[in-house]
Amino acid sequence: MKALAWHGKHDVRIDNVPDPEIVNSRDCIIKVTSTAICGSDLHLYDGYIPTMKAGDILGHEFMGEVVEVGAKSTLKKGQRVVVPFTIACGSCYHCGKHQYSACPNGLPADNQDIAQELYGHEMSGLFGYSHMTGGYAGGQAEYVRVPFSDVGPIVIPDGVEDDKVLFLSDILPTGWQAAEYAQIEPGDTVAVWGCGPVGLFAVQSAFLMGAERVIAIDHFPHRLELARRFGAETINFEESATYEALMEMTGGIGPDAVIDAVGLEAHGLFVDNVIDQIKASTFLGTDRPHSIRQAIIACRKGGRVSMPAVYGGFVDKFPLGAFMEKGLTLKTGQTHVQHYMPGLLNAIMEGKIDTEFLISHRMPLTAAPKGYDMFKNHQNEVTKVVLKPGMTN
Amino acid sequence: MTDARDDAPLSTSKRSGGAEAAIESLAEGKGSSIVGRSVTINRPVSELYSYFRDFSNLPHFMENVVSIDVRDPTLSHWVVKAPAGATVAWDARVTREEQDRLIEWTSEPGADVPNSGRVEFRDAGARGTVVTATIAYDPPGGIIGKAIAKLFQREPAIQARRDLRRFKQLMETGEIATPAMNPKQFGEMGL
Repeated sequence: MKALAWHGKHDVRIDNVPDPEIVNSRDCIIKVTSTAICGSDLHLYDGYIPTMKAGDILGHEFMGEVVEVGAKSTLKKGQRVVVPFTIACGSCYHCGKHQYSACPNGLPADNQDIAQELYGHEMSGLFGYSHMTGGYAGGQAEYVRVPFSDVGPIVIPDGVEDDKVLFLSDILPTGWQAAEYAQIEPGDTVAVWGCGPVGLFAVQSAFLMGAERVIAIDHFPHRLELARRFGAETINFEESATYEALMEMTGGIGPDAVIDAVGLEAHGLFVDNVIDQIKASTFLGTDRPHSIRQAIIACRKGGRVSMPAVYGGFVDKFPLGAFMEKGLTLKTGQTHVQHYMPGLLNAIMEGKIDTEFLISHRMPLTAAPKGYDMFKNHQNEVTKVVLKPGMTN
Repeated sequence: MTDARDDAPLSTSKRSGGAEAAIESLAEGKGSSIVGRSVTINRPVSELYSYFRDFSNLPHFMENVVSIDVRDPTLSHWVVKAPAGATVAWDARVTREEQDRLIEWTSEPGADVPNSGRVEFRDAGARGTVVTATIAYDPPGGIIGKAIAKLFQREPAIQARRDLRRFKQLMETGEIATPAMNPKQFGEMGL
């Protein structure tokens, strides 16, 4: 089959590799019909993620048709499914609490050592995202082996377009969880840092959860325009001073809840990246520690901080004093995708959530290297690239 | 003078006598180094105990074990991978067992790597069962041998924690997680 493989910094290629086969009895094999390039894939592309090996197949946002099932899979050939990017077993202590991204059973035993050293505990396995997260082949390919297919993938009803439901795999649940973690109450004012896919879905989710006002912060005019389309007010941080603007727009009280969705969509382990950025940080621009610091400083007293943005290592100058003195609450974490998929599929079907607005480019899988280049270098216009293995041109 | 001892397991002791005390707690302790490791498995005690007590099951999740030949209810012959393609072997004898609670063993004289240990099973309510392995052993080649084994990832501490993770995966999900693309690759990866 053809697959998009990583070969080094800014070097991704379409390789011919053997088709995947059933290995464990709960596996299924899907034939990919749509797969997206995620913002976090750019960090693989930029060579920031350790434990990558040449030939690793990328992609963790994908869906397709079931073409083969193991003896214990509950899926049937021919069904269309969206696959969660987190590989979770459904039967451990954490899965029992619906904390799927904490499931240790999808991560091979030998790969658990690094996270245990870094974080004190291992995390779940992920598709196409380095050997630290399991070394699983990803979905930017014609076929994918999907473990735990009896509990992970969600079946999509006939007649519903791929483009409507593809983002159930990652960014929609991530944006939704971010809003949920902000514990929004009716009438709240919510500020969202970052109008990437996760931020934009957090904007929509916040309104659905009863927020009266959402203030979206970014510097790409097109992305701010998308936020405005959903009813958000906007701050372009290159045009206006963010903290001062937020205080004036909220009469000095500040937002009830703040969401840091800057930079990276919510997964990945970017130790080197984060440490480098902290070293370079001068409280300017878009570096990630800056956004969480600013969010904490701007948040109202007694307010809530939600952090879907990824942090992998250590930060300095964390405003712990402001955090304590103002009595804030912080909630964060990788997305428990499986927990949110059924409800969000319903919300899409009922027309409550718009997903297709995000897609700016559709191209064949074979054009994926060009897709990576475009996504990296034209972030204003290129909001989301969806690859279609079946598309010819 | 008050006793400075706390409630933490001896395998986590910072004091010099910790390993010796842990080894002494075994029915027939052998070895100078100690490994202690716990894992929580979301299955009933009796199921885990029965699976483990049938030693012929152990190679299913113990990566370095080449074979276990069960000769009678208390005696088994173990062949285990060692660094640089070598294998080591010993006879293990069960020295103490309490149904659904613990199994202790010790190696018979002539073992390549003298060892002894205990596996305990403790009901943890809604969390399932806590399984604790305590292994005492004499690293072949002493400290240098231990370092070499570690380099080859065949060090008992590394193996014990990985084997317990695989035991958990097998018992909770019925399978062992692997990124392999096909059964052949899975075989080549060791398990």
